[in-house]
Amino acid sequence: MDLSAINPILFIAGFFVAATPLIFAAVGELVVEKTGVLNLGVEGMMIIGAICGFATAVETGSPLLGFAAAAVGGAVLSLLFAFLTQVMLANQVASGLALTLFGLGFSALLGQSYVGVKPPRLADVDFGSLAEIPIFGPIILSHDLIVYLGLALVVAVWAVLKYTRIGLVLRAVGENHDAAHALGYKVVRIRTLAIMFGGACAGVGGAYISLIRVPQWTEGMTAGIGWIALALVVFASWKPFRLLLGAYLFGGLVQLQLNLQGAGVAIPVEYLAMSPYVITIVVLVFLSRDKGAAPASLGRIFHASS
Amino acid sequence: MKFTKRQAAKLLASAAFAASFAAPAFAQDDKTKIGFVYVGPVGDGGWTYEHNKGRLAVEEHFGDSVETVFVESVAEGPDSERVMTQMALDGADLIFTTSFGYMDPTINVAAKFPNVKFEHATGYKRADNVSTYSARFYEGRAIQGHIAGKMTKSNTVGYIGSYPIPEVIRGINSAFIHARKSNPDVQFKIVWAYTWFDPAKEADAAKVLIEQGADVILQHTDSTAPQAAAQEAGNVVTFGQASDMSQYAPFPRVSSIIDDWAPYYIARVQAVKDGTWTSTDTWDGIGAGMVGIGEISDAVPAEVKAEALALKASLADGSYHAFTGPLNKQDGSEFLAAGATADDGTLAGMNFYVEGIEGEIPQ
Amino acid sequence: MIALEKRPEPSRTFSLAAPLLAVLATMLFGGLLFALLGKDPLEAIRTIFWEPLFGEFAFFYRPQLLIKGAPLVLIAIGLSLGFKAGIWNIGAEGQYIMGALFGAGVGLAFYPMESVFIFPLMVLAGAFGGWIWAMIPAVLKVKFGTNEILVSLMLVYVAEQFLASMSLGLMKNPEGFGFPGSRNLQQYASAHNAELITGSGMHWGVVAAFIAVIFGYVLLARHRLGFAIRVTGDAPRAAAFSGVNPARLVLFCLGMSGLLAGLAGVFEVSGPAGQVTIDFNVGYGFTAIIVAFLGRLNPVGILLAGGLMALTYIGGDIAQSKLGLPAAAIQVFQGMLLFFLLAFDLFTNYRLRLGRTEVA
Repeated sequence: MDLSAINPILFIAGFFVAATPLIFAAVGELVVEKTGVLNLGVEGMMIIGAICGFATAVETGSPLLGFAAAAVGGAVLSLLFAFLTQVMLANQVASGLALTLFGLGFSALLGQSYVGVKPPRLADVDFGSLAEIPIFGPIILSHDLIVYLGLALVVAVWAVLKYTRIGLVLRAVGENHDAAHALGYKVVRIRTLAIMFGGACAGVGGAYISLIRVPQWTEGMTAGIGWIALALVVFASWKPFRLLLGAYLFGGLVQLQLNLQGAGVAIPVEYLAMSPYVITIVVLVFLSRDKGAAPASLGRIFHASS
Repeated sequence: MKFTKRQAAKLLASAAFAASFAAPAFAQDDKTKIGFVYVGPVGDGGWTYEHNKGRLAVEEHFGDSVETVFVESVAEGPDSERVMTQMALDGADLIFTTSFGYMDPTINVAAKFPNVKFEHATGYKRADNVSTYSARFYEGRAIQGHIAGKMTKSNTVGYIGSYPIPEVIRGINSAFIHARKSNPDVQFKIVWAYTWFDPAKEADAAKVLIEQGADVILQHTDSTAPQAAAQEAGNVVTFGQASDMSQYAPFPRVSSIIDDWAPYYIARVQAVKDGTWTSTDTWDGIGAGMVGIGEISDAVPAEVKAEALALKASLADGSYHAFTGPLNKQDGSEFLAAGATADDGTLAGMNFYVEGIEGEIPQ
Repeated sequence: MIALEKRPEPSRTFSLAAPLLAVLATMLFGGLLFALLGKDPLEAIRTIFWEPLFGEFAFFYRPQLLIKGAPLVLIAIGLSLGFKAGIWNIGAEGQYIMGALFGAGVGLAFYPMESVFIFPLMVLAGAFGGWIWAMIPAVLKVKFGTNEILVSLMLVYVAEQFLASMSLGLMKNPEGFGFPGSRNLQQYASAHNAELITGSGMHWGVVAAFIAVIFGYVLLARHRLGFAIRVTGDAPRAAAFSGVNPARLVLFCLGMSGLLAGLAGVFEVSGPAGQVTIDFNVGYGFTAIIVAFLGRLNPVGILLAGGLMALTYIGGDIAQSKLGLPAAAIQVFQGMLLFFLLAFDLFTNYRLRLGRTEVA
């Protein structure tokens, strides 16, 4: 056992990369849930984003265009969910699960000719001499653009939800859709837009896996990250900054268990591998004193004339 | 009354079963029909992808005289049993079941269809109409280990394992033995991912190993995630796994182990066509072409490359065995006396590290 | 302008017609997809829906429908109780795994002793395993108000790691040459959940699924507890006034769904699957959620929905091997089927009306 083998700076810097797909997917879902809609199709939207982004980046040679395409792909798929739940008033839990099934299958069909292809790489942002600041530089200023976009997105979502009229409307719709409707807000339209935003974010998160984190295309490559993103939203009790914290905790625990293994700590691996989930449950118990965080209309079906 | 009725129904059912199970096997046409059962999607870029390449090679080799069918992403257990039965009912003459977990289902189905031949990959149960086949990937690991020992400057080699099963442990031992031979100071850092398939986790594992000082990464998982992590780090050497991964050549990927099932599949189909098929236990390595060694790139110094190729040649012609004594187990007890080589039974069930590897196999 | 109007009562006609319409629509769009992939659409659809039921080898596929559908129905019945009351157990997959581990553990512990008591003991242990795993989110919810969706989902991942640990360690077959996976319970007579009639597909798990359907029906339609469940789901406040104890309801609903999922696990591991392996679980716990909703949380509906899902799985595999359709196309097809079923369900409770109305 040799704990000194773990380099704390690189260890912490690794959190950012591991957490980014989670952050995108979860922050998108957070907005969706704020409007009272529960979309369990995150995994499906992520993997569609992963292939749309991958294919576009390979064809155009531009990773950034790839990310844009991923956002579009995720949003388009989410429209299917929006149609089902907002227009056809279908159950959201079942529709979300169906969306995941559909997304996993459809992405595999789209990606048939991209197996074994290497995508163009997105360069890290060049901070010049700033990046040489000890500790801070290698931890914070050593990443690609999308990592910073993810952080910015969290701040933006927080600010919009808290300080703007849009945020107020979103929350109003999520808390009591009938009252919001009575006030003249177009509940269905607002929710549909939120769902598309969630889809776009999930798409970008998925593309981060296929274009940067891994990077390659294989079927089913999101391997459950979408589900963890869903868990994160609840874990964060719908608060953007807590979500950020949760994403690092989650990404960090996986890193930690791999690091401990590398350092030769003799703990049964399967128990280390389950630790992130167990710890999440424990943290959750402590956080659950915070009542009333959930949007009151979450998962309920809205119909104007009812 | 009830009792007799049920009994009658039971009798009827079993009679119908026996009759219709036996029938399709006789209904042979000129085309040889071959079924493949895959555990993953053909687009996994690794294990299943390579088996499917073998299937395509069969089609190409035999042209119109064969018909191949496959079902992908078949869960081990009852689903696989159903899929195999269905293929047999539909008149398959030969069925390849390409995952260890298909072992008992293959045996079960084979018992019901004595006229259909089965080939089960990586298992140990056989029957009159069930053969087993597997590849001596550890021979390829020996070559990787040799190159790894020579290429590492930090004397730390990282190894990403999937699950601690004999197949993986054998590979680690083989790589380690030969890394030590080429560099007595080398140490292995082993990280278990505890998943067959999670590219993001593989990327994490590779990064962790690199951060902890490994400058050579060996992987027993199939995604290119470790390759990309190494490329980003800049000075880390990797080897392709399952497929060539030549998109990362010449550096970081300096060589690779390629699963090449095509020669075996073609030979077995030919045997069925000729009527010479018998139940066998095949464990082929570099010599028979089942384990391919991807081109060793110019990033490897010429003399190391020459040594590696010599090692490959000696493994291929059988003049050298990758597990040749004197070798001790991790606890210091004797594993192989000087000059002795490990028998296949020991290798198949290998569940210990050889001397020198630090850490324990997770239990 | 077309507007939706809520029906005063759910339409009986449409509750029957909607699924049929959905299947037709899926055939149409699925056929289009198959045609795009260069396959004969009619042949593909015939293979998926007709072949398993009435094709040449239906004698084999019909029993397979029972084997594939039983765990789905058994789990979905349990889940539907909670879903009706607004209690969301989405961790049935984990409870299914734990049921299998507990049950198989008992069976393996007795090996090689033969006794008629072993299998019943395994069943009890399996039910207990699933139940206790579901009691974790239940107790945390009751005691601390912790969200059960999240806890039950997290516990799926924990259970999967337990499963890996058991297959590689404690339950590993000592005669398996070091390979992962337990002894095959199919080869251990006292622990084998064999077919009751050879070739019929009927094993104890199928029997349990049918009993669960009846039990669910009686509970919801006749029993006080069923009333409490329905009231809590429709109007939680009214439920509290009418004397429903929400904590007890949470414990009951989660416990029951865990118990049934655990039973599904133990019947599967001792029967069709035979052994504990790393990849023992194949997603029944998640698919059952869909089945529960497709069946409109109604026991009889769930039975039909479970059968339909099983049909698309089995037919899908046949289409793969016979027609060379990729597995992904089958997945998309299943996704479409779910979409259409969910969408057309609208017309059960609403009707379209032409004319001017307020814009929603």
